[in-house]
Amino acid sequence: MNERERTRPGRWLTLYAIAAYLYIYLPIFFLVLFSFNTSKFSVAMQGLTLRWYGDLFNDKAIWQATTNTLIVAITSTIFSTIVGTAAAIGLHRYNFRGKGFSEATLYIPVIIPEVVMGIALLAFFGQVGLTLGLPTIIIAHIAFSIPFVVLTVRARLQGMDRSVEEAAMDLGANEVVTFWRITLPLIMPGVLSGALLAFTLSLDDYIITLFTAGPGSTTLPLRVFSMLKQAVTPKVNALSSLWILVILVALLLSQRLQPRRG
Amino acid sequence: MLKTVRERPSLQGLVLISPTMFWLIAFLLVPSALIVVISFGARGSYGNVVYTFKLDNYVRLVNAEYGHILWDSTWIALLTTVACILAGYPLAYFIARSHPTRRSLFMFLILVPFWTNFLIRIYAWMIILRGEGVLNAVMTWLGLMNTSLGQWLFSQVQLYTPGAVLVGMVYEFLPFMILPLYTSLEKLDPSLLEAAADLGARPWRAFLRVTLPLSLPGIIAGSILVFIPAMGMFVVPDLMGGAKTVLVGNLIRNQFFTARDWPFGSAASMVLMALTLVVTLIYTRTFGFGEELVP
Repeated sequence: MNERERTRPGRWLTLYAIAAYLYIYLPIFFLVLFSFNTSKFSVAMQGLTLRWYGDLFNDKAIWQATTNTLIVAITSTIFSTIVGTAAAIGLHRYNFRGKGFSEATLYIPVIIPEVVMGIALLAFFGQVGLTLGLPTIIIAHIAFSIPFVVLTVRARLQGMDRSVEEAAMDLGANEVVTFWRITLPLIMPGVLSGALLAFTLSLDDYIITLFTAGPGSTTLPLRVFSMLKQAVTPKVNALSSLWILVILVALLLSQRLQPRRG
Repeated sequence: MLKTVRERPSLQGLVLISPTMFWLIAFLLVPSALIVVISFGARGSYGNVVYTFKLDNYVRLVNAEYGHILWDSTWIALLTTVACILAGYPLAYFIARSHPTRRSLFMFLILVPFWTNFLIRIYAWMIILRGEGVLNAVMTWLGLMNTSLGQWLFSQVQLYTPGAVLVGMVYEFLPFMILPLYTSLEKLDPSLLEAAADLGARPWRAFLRVTLPLSLPGIIAGSILVFIPAMGMFVVPDLMGGAKTVLVGNLIRNQFFTARDWPFGSAASMVLMALTLVVTLIYTRTFGFGEELVP
């Protein structure tokens, strides 16, 4: 037995891994498969059709929900990325009063169950007299996204070599120039993955959105949920399949954009 | 003005963090404090909140009628966590031990479903576990549905049973477990295992004495990341458990939407928070704190 073989996964472990990946992907496979099924209810594939995709494109409520979802996700991502990046730099570089409190507060959204955050915001918006709608959803999404942006950008800052910035300053660049020309490009991968995380969290969120949405501000997850509660048609499969496709393309693109590590 | 900011580094840090802190205090801490206040109040006759200071809501929660909901929720969340450890550990171990060039692909495959919407993941299992779903069709085709054992097995995981809820929860949270597990297993130095083998330890013993203790931070971080959302989950029981499975998350949601008893719902969410914190604390105190909690 050579060194390599001692640490390589054995036969049983490999078999288990294959089974585990099947467990992860078979449900998705069937989900996509049935989106092309001519039969509405049967699990037997009776024929192939694109009818459900057509239905989807003619569904005005879906388009409205998609628009709402994108408005919320884009706005909250831009805001939480800028604010969160600033906070990450502040926490990484400086010492100030209340730093411990700030760090503790940043962990709250990670440890609070989402349903609690949802009802707290619902009660709060009612108390201050804010009408529920897209703005309240955006406020909520920013609140739960910021900590994830801060954590991601901070991880990047911790791995960064400060001497490059010091060199720039020694060569006469002021702080503003140093930030735009040196610091920001260096932490950009962290900022981008923070933004991607915030964007996905926003797209994905059902629970907090449920409590902060009002009439007319239905997002895609809210719409999907009510479709699952009512009569389920292959239209949901078509919608899900398109969603998976979009995420897959986005993930592959982001992998391409990331610089190769190690 | 700009000059004073630049001269005092402590102020600069404060300026950079203040928008974030404003947002989190205004839309997280203050609303949470409001829930604490409301939880001691009472429901008015129109579903409004009457501010009092009574413990009635909390007393009601531990009654026989609602007490079992708290118990069931904790139990299902713990089962989900244990099932995720058992199912996720071998897979994370496999990925960490496979050839370095394949590792990122294997992790990518774990993450793809995780990045798609979680309602879609639930729906995928609804199709499989439905009465006339994929699992039933496959088991019928294999001739298993003619046997009483096959029928019993199917009835345990069929849609709208507690078993289906567990299947859905595990599928939902498995990536949260695999991610930190993989991180801690990948860092593990193979030469430690070689040393154990050279000293005569059989692989199984080397695993128990070397690999497992060193991956403990990953197990703990993963458990926290699974247990907390599992405790408050109401969507999976809603869609996969039918009306039979009511967890504390469902209770809270119902108090805010259908029953319109906000004080009772607030008290329930306070108890949910307390339960989550207590279990997490016991867990971290017993096994040490998970360093890899940071996502």
